[in-house]
Amino acid sequence: MTAVAPGVFLQSVAKATPRDTPVTDDVRYGMLIDTTKCADGCSDCVAACEKENGLDLLEKPQGASDELWDMQRPRWIRTVKLKNNLTGRITSLPMMCQHCEHPPCVDVCPTGASFQRADGLALVDRHTCIGCRYCMMACPYNARSFIHENVQIKPTAVPRGKGCVESCTFCVHRLDRGDMTTACQDACSHDAIVFGDLKDPNSAVSQAMAKHTNVEIRADLKLNTAVRYTDI
Amino acid sequence: MKKIHYREWGIESPRYWGLLAVLATIVAVGGFATLYMEHEGHWVTGMSNQIVWGTPHVFAIFLIVAASGALNVASVGSVFGQTMYKPLARLSGLMAITLLIGGLIVLVLDLGQPSRLIVAMTTYNFKSIFAWNIYLYVGFIVIVAIYLFTMMERKANSYSKGVGVLAFVWRLALTTGTGSIFGFLVARQGYDAAIMAPMFIIMSFAYGMALYLLVLMFTFNTDDRPLGDGVLRRLKNLLGVFVAAIFYFTLVYHLTNLYGTENHAYEAFILRDGGVYTWTFWIGWVLLGMLVPMGILFHPALGMQRGAITAAALLVVLGGLSAIYVIVIGGQAFPLSMFPGHTIIESAYYDGVNGMARAYSPSLPEFLLGLGGFALALLVTFIGVRLLQFLPVSLADEVADPQRG
Repeated sequence: MTAVAPGVFLQSVAKATPRDTPVTDDVRYGMLIDTTKCADGCSDCVAACEKENGLDLLEKPQGASDELWDMQRPRWIRTVKLKNNLTGRITSLPMMCQHCEHPPCVDVCPTGASFQRADGLALVDRHTCIGCRYCMMACPYNARSFIHENVQIKPTAVPRGKGCVESCTFCVHRLDRGDMTTACQDACSHDAIVFGDLKDPNSAVSQAMAKHTNVEIRADLKLNTAVRYTDI
Repeated sequence: MKKIHYREWGIESPRYWGLLAVLATIVAVGGFATLYMEHEGHWVTGMSNQIVWGTPHVFAIFLIVAASGALNVASVGSVFGQTMYKPLARLSGLMAITLLIGGLIVLVLDLGQPSRLIVAMTTYNFKSIFAWNIYLYVGFIVIVAIYLFTMMERKANSYSKGVGVLAFVWRLALTTGTGSIFGFLVARQGYDAAIMAPMFIIMSFAYGMALYLLVLMFTFNTDDRPLGDGVLRRLKNLLGVFVAAIFYFTLVYHLTNLYGTENHAYEAFILRDGGVYTWTFWIGWVLLGMLVPMGILFHPALGMQRGAITAAALLVVLGGLSAIYVIVIGGQAFPLSMFPGHTIIESAYYDGVNGMARAYSPSLPEFLLGLGGFALALLVTFIGVRLLQFLPVSLADEVADPQRG
């Protein structure tokens, strides 16, 4: 807040890194999913993601079958329900790009279009993606989507084009604006999603991770994912 | 061995142009199918976000693998000094190039953004085996072209052996690269195995040999050129040995998987419960692709009949397409193992609910694109043998001397 006159204040703008300043590795964005809070049957995070990233603007092509289109439409976050084979315990959780520290999608990309930012985000450069889908073959989480159809409406913040691959960006357009939340986190009324800077020990996500035992999915691959889950 | 003379393929013009017209039509249909898929997007194919590589990849990988194998005949002559194979070498080099071009065209045209090929040729991530493959494939075409030159230009003949050795080593690297596309995929249960690279090499030996034999027999037969029984016997025996080697690798691959409990679900899927993939494996890959051809090729009477040898070679090709189909599509259809010890009971995005496989039905345009690649490879081969002296005038036993090693 900046005082311009007695009793008159200017709302200060969020502190965004200027566009010409490279992203640094001073931060690493991460997320903790508390599966004990994730409510069965709720898909608020999915709806919020689709709205935020323009996925709801895509229409089924004329003549496409409903069944096939459902497998072909892009989806950055999805809900999954698991049953423990031994105990029968049921767990609900959202799955999305896990923003690995050692992302297989980045390793296999022939052109380097799949890349990792200094702050840990695994992203796709839509200008150099040739649409080979090798990253989708390599992702252990089925997190990536290919744009199978012509795109009519292209959101400015989330560029999209037919024939390229994309996935969850941790709402990078928000982060680069200086915001510190993702759309899925904002939408979760059960507080099951905590997001923040893993390198800041005082951030909410670091505090939550220190407090709750949590695991990474497919820990055997040693990818050091930025998304962790409690109580699986 | 007598001096070998080469001559352009001399079948009468109407037959030749008729053959080219048929192949060109198939290529054109494949081209239109591609335009349709590129214009509409991949939603008109059977591919999805779960089965991301479909039928075009099956054809493309088969052709690329067969291309390196087609060079084998030349290698046996140049690198291993078997004189009988030397007259066969030119066609072998030509087919290595044309099959690779056919496969690469299919691969490129199935990209989401084929117009960005220039990006793929100029922007590299060298940790990606795909990026290496771009060099391996282009380098292969250049080296084999030089190899052909050293064989066909008398003044350059003395370099033939050296270039032949380079081409042989390069083709081993190339197929290792192709097999490693799968071998390096840690995410999926069916891949992530070092055996993929040598298995692809041995597959290439057989598939390339089968296609080579078919083209050799067709071009000689239609042009009334003698092809001796002794020559054919050695070639078909070699094909038989290569098929037996695939059998061995297939066996080792699955036995190794069956030993580790973590792979039991995947093995059960491919070998028992996978529906179309199980059928394709047992009927296509194993029975028609390996057992029947081996039975024919090693049978004392059948193995000497040209019709039976042709049938065996065709079956090896069919078996090869089946094998690649099971590896590429079957490997993707099996759901990712994300939560060991858990069963996914609901998913909004096809995560293999209750272990269910991901669905894929090949679409016609995908198939036509793949077929177009095949036709293109044959079209360029037939133009090549018509224009230049790739085929020996005679491969009669007294000319080629198959007894002499």
